[in-house]
Amino acid sequence: MASRAQKMPTGLRILSSAFVIVWLIMAAFPFIWTFWGSFKVELDFFSIADWTNALTGERTKAAYDRPFTGAGYYGAWVQEGFLHNVINTFIVCFFVVLTSLTIGTLGGYALSRSSYRYTFWLLITALIFRAMPPITLVAGYMLPFFEWNLWGILPTTIIVLVAINQPFTLWMLHSFFQNIPKELDESAKVDGCTQFQAFRHVIIPVMWPGVITTGLFSFLLAYNDFAVTSMLLAEENRTMVPQIAAFLGTTYTEGNIMFAVAAVVSATVPLFILVMFFQRQIVGGLTAGAVKG
Amino acid sequence: MFLFIAMPIVSVLTQSVFTPHEAVFKEVETCTPLVGCTTETSIDQDATRALRDAQPLGRFVGLDIYFNRGHLAVAEVGELWKTTESWGAFLDGLGNLPFYRAMGFTLTFTFLVTPLVIAFGLLVALAVNALHARLKGLVIFFSLLPFVITPLIGALVLFWMIDSRGILGSAVQWLASDPGLSLKASTGMMWIALIVYGVWHAAPFAFVIFYAGLQTLPQDQIEAAQIDGATRWQQVRYVVVPHLMPLVTFVALIQLMDNFRVFEPIVGFNASAHATSLSWAIFNDLGGETRQLSSAAATSVMTIIGVAILLSPVLVRTWRDFKGKT
Repeated sequence: MASRAQKMPTGLRILSSAFVIVWLIMAAFPFIWTFWGSFKVELDFFSIADWTNALTGERTKAAYDRPFTGAGYYGAWVQEGFLHNVINTFIVCFFVVLTSLTIGTLGGYALSRSSYRYTFWLLITALIFRAMPPITLVAGYMLPFFEWNLWGILPTTIIVLVAINQPFTLWMLHSFFQNIPKELDESAKVDGCTQFQAFRHVIIPVMWPGVITTGLFSFLLAYNDFAVTSMLLAEENRTMVPQIAAFLGTTYTEGNIMFAVAAVVSATVPLFILVMFFQRQIVGGLTAGAVKG
Repeated sequence: MFLFIAMPIVSVLTQSVFTPHEAVFKEVETCTPLVGCTTETSIDQDATRALRDAQPLGRFVGLDIYFNRGHLAVAEVGELWKTTESWGAFLDGLGNLPFYRAMGFTLTFTFLVTPLVIAFGLLVALAVNALHARLKGLVIFFSLLPFVITPLIGALVLFWMIDSRGILGSAVQWLASDPGLSLKASTGMMWIALIVYGVWHAAPFAFVIFYAGLQTLPQDQIEAAQIDGATRWQQVRYVVVPHLMPLVTFVALIQLMDNFRVFEPIVGFNASAHATSLSWAIFNDLGGETRQLSSAAATSVMTIIGVAILLSPVLVRTWRDFKGKT
């Protein structure tokens, strides 16, 4: 790789490094800016007088004697009870991931070991579902939910999210299981295992990488969803994302927007941690989809 | 599983051909001495309820909802076609009809963002690939952030920055030396902002895929090209890009689908006055006090048809591949 002919000319090297830096600023700066700004008062974060106020916090100093304040966080978490929404989000995410992985591993395993006539239809449904805006389906779910009085509660939302997510999960796990050689469970069966025992003792120990990757994507889907949760949940059951939208929608009073800023920063933290620990799996999952899809 | 997939689609289809009953009116004549008689029209609650119970789905109206002003607006378009002279005026008039307005933005967004994302992602991938190995992990970490972020939150974060009092908004005002300039006020600026958001959000996805593709780039082909005297640009053009072509198709497909359902940024940017998309139209119908289910359902059906048209080349190709295999 390091032969002289392949070395970049200095000009190009500088150019490409500069480009990477510009990209990094584009990607990271909005988050850093919002994080910094969430500790200010609104008049600093949206500064009419001078944009440097947002950095130094002139107005915040005037109001609280310090350049930083937790007022936005206090408002969001204590005053507005954001914790309740956080708990709801994690309930939804947990059950969506759990259900889709259970169905996904069992179904994906079964499909990968049967003849591949299903796989085409599975791929097509996964594709169509990937393509359809979730909100088009919400319109279909809503009337029955109203009729049966199921609207506005968490379990139905979880079911809808699982349904939207399932074809994708099945497809991903199916192609993952196909990479596990058939000989593995065949040899287990030769040793006297039943099909289920083979799955339990031979496949489960080796399936974790694929399951974790798929679980991550299910989690992201459930966590990031706005269309389904905002339409199908009643006000007292809202998850984080619709609640943030609601902070903005309610009557405009000073400081209210800072609640939303603080809530946004709080909602970003779990994702940040997720990327930090599971970067390799996310990249792996994305590229696996590209190679096989 | 198929129950959950098929049922809502059937439900959407049914809803889209029905509309809620109109209230039954009754006329009541009240006579008071000295003043005389007055007839009042009021809603006959019992009769209305009876009718609603008899047919819970509502009146069957066939395809009427599809053709009314809120959707395909056949009558209005025909009228417009007859009265306007030039194409420009025709399209202008079309832009005032809600469905075509949403369609116009959705298509513009889809077909502008997709190529931009591919080009930008490729550039970032090439640049990162030339970096020192230690730095790559860090760069990938930060690059992933705009992609995994909740779309609504990402849109809000950018929106607060481009607010006329936010940092980017101020910067734009300063660059244009026009202190009254506001992104929120102008349709063109809003569209640009939405498209910038779209690229910002999706570029990491393209970048990661292309970057992975670059790792499998055959070195001997690059060397052969160098021996033949290819310049750096020619190497990229004739060796790297053809190698990545299947990935480009994949990214283009995913991006077409994702951008077609653009929705969150419009809510986040509060941009519905300047740009609406099909998804947003459904959301708008469903939300609010009235909950116009049938109108939303009709738009949903048309969105599904739109997706099907968009996907049909891919579906046909997959079908052929599948046939070829058996």
